[in-house]
Amino acid sequence: MPLLAVEDLRTQFRTREGAVRAVDGVSFTVDKGETLGIVGESGCGKSVTALSIMGLLPKPPAEIVSGSIEFDGRDLTKLSEGQLEDVRGREIAMIFQDPMTSLNPTLKIGTQITEVLDRHFDLSKDEQRRRAIELLEEVRIPRAPERLADYPHRFSGGMRQRVMIAIALACNPKLLIADEPTTALDVTVQAQVLDLLEDLRESHEMALILITHDMGVVAEVADKVAVMYAGQIVEHASGQELFDHPEHPYTEALLGSLPELEGENVREGRLVAIPGRPPDLIDPPAACRFAARCPYAGAQDTCQSVEPQLREIRAEHWVRSEHPASERARAPEAVRS
Amino acid sequence: MSTENGLLLEVTDLRKEFPVRSGFFIERVSHTVNAVDGVGFSIAPGRTLGLVGESGSGKSTTGYCVLQLLKPTSGSVLFEGEELTKLGRDDVRRLRRDMQIVFQDPYSSLNPRMTVGDIVGEPLTVHNVGSRRDRQARVRELLDVVGFNPSFSNRYPHEFSGGQRQRIGVARALALNPKLIVCDEPVSALDVSIQAQILNLLKDLQRDFGLAYLFISHDLSVVRAMSDDIAVMKDGKIVEAGTADEVYEHPKDSYTQALLASVPVPDPRRMRERRTERRKLAHALTEG
Repeated sequence: MPLLAVEDLRTQFRTREGAVRAVDGVSFTVDKGETLGIVGESGCGKSVTALSIMGLLPKPPAEIVSGSIEFDGRDLTKLSEGQLEDVRGREIAMIFQDPMTSLNPTLKIGTQITEVLDRHFDLSKDEQRRRAIELLEEVRIPRAPERLADYPHRFSGGMRQRVMIAIALACNPKLLIADEPTTALDVTVQAQVLDLLEDLRESHEMALILITHDMGVVAEVADKVAVMYAGQIVEHASGQELFDHPEHPYTEALLGSLPELEGENVREGRLVAIPGRPPDLIDPPAACRFAARCPYAGAQDTCQSVEPQLREIRAEHWVRSEHPASERARAPEAVRS
Repeated sequence: MSTENGLLLEVTDLRKEFPVRSGFFIERVSHTVNAVDGVGFSIAPGRTLGLVGESGSGKSTTGYCVLQLLKPTSGSVLFEGEELTKLGRDDVRRLRRDMQIVFQDPYSSLNPRMTVGDIVGEPLTVHNVGSRRDRQARVRELLDVVGFNPSFSNRYPHEFSGGQRQRIGVARALALNPKLIVCDEPVSALDVSIQAQILNLLKDLQRDFGLAYLFISHDLSVVRAMSDDIAVMKDGKIVEAGTADEVYEHPKDSYTQALLASVPVPDPRRMRERRTERRKLAHALTEG
């Protein structure tokens, strides 16, 4: 049985213009100790998926209208706020993009770590302090005992994200959700934080959901990758498989639009841009949501009127498109219609 | 006007110090920070120099000093052979016709109270170019060139997405037919698919108008895609410079090597090799 099984999750935001279908039928599983990367551009629903799992969305305007989130034998969507508080921080922890704003600037780092321990465990002050030092050492913050008494502004961006990770690890969670954890950091610091996350995931046998817009970051850490577009998963496969044989035209375009650092194609003319923008999620088209931007969707194709379903094109490789790459290769006349 | 050595921009030993004030009631300058510390480079007409570095490396400050948006503490900035650091306000303003800037954030760099047409036409108004009618025609032409529907020129910036706004910013920079554009992280705030649209646009404009770019970015892949030559900055200094191929394929400086090894590439197999390289380099950097 998987540790986390999200099934047909639908999260909407009520607005004056109508309900925004931010997450619209998302399903995936994460096994114990496994890393799932969720990748997509702004507004695709990747963060709302994470916040739905954590039960951290403000209700209203947000509402989980259907679906289930089975975590370790319980459906999180059915738990009361009190029961959820016992799960949050204790069994599922989350770190956010901006380490500058997710720490409380008026509290010492030590206090911010021990308050989590205080909420979930019955420890003496001494034991709490000892555990806090241990945690800071684990995330490789030098001079841990002294630094407990420092306020967040005394730490650099990368160090603050380490503190956030220490807080997240405080209760040995079974699942860590990291939402763009390195986006605000410089590349050299990003590499250190990703390495740290990978090491900790192994040593704690913790499952990780890494949410990012950066295909490179996903390639670095994820066992499995889900590509999201306009509130839905459009492709889902193992990391290597997805990068070796991308099927969905959107995944291909995302990879094509990245400037390359090495290899033959550097500075060889233009990048592959995706024309247009994603659809409005208040009233999304009944068709394939990528059809309007898809270079392969012909005017007569059924994907212009009927939404394609996720289907298993190869073992463990799921795609939501009528024009996946491997089928185009078999039917070349369908290209450039 | 062209210079004997054929260079458009020549920067020598550029320095910019910022005073750090401290004290409670009586503030005094306790020390200075050398944001830019002896930087030199040159750009030929129609070419791109990529200035790459991490936050706080002084790359944006360098760009501002080139444009005289910040007054350099010392050093020389020659534009078409003319020394900019010695010029008075009016002369600098005259030169701004030839040197423009595109900013990172297309949300805060456009005045929300001005229409798109007024934003793009403002440089023409400021420099008294042509009649009102000429200017309107020019604005439509510029919007067309950057791929922005000219019939939307009476709308306001908030009605458009980040990519569209950056097109407005580019059109404004082009208004006076500049020879050099400083691009300060022009695509950092944009999604990758939109980023590709803007990078392609900048390349097309360079080809069509013979523009030179000083392209400033923290993103090594983006800089590589855009630049002929590259300078790597760290702590206010250029640690390595050369053609894009030299710097990326045979980096000599250990910081450049560490920087390059840190960039995630979209291939898990390559990523594992790179991680091993990176750990070796990180080790070497802390040891050395």
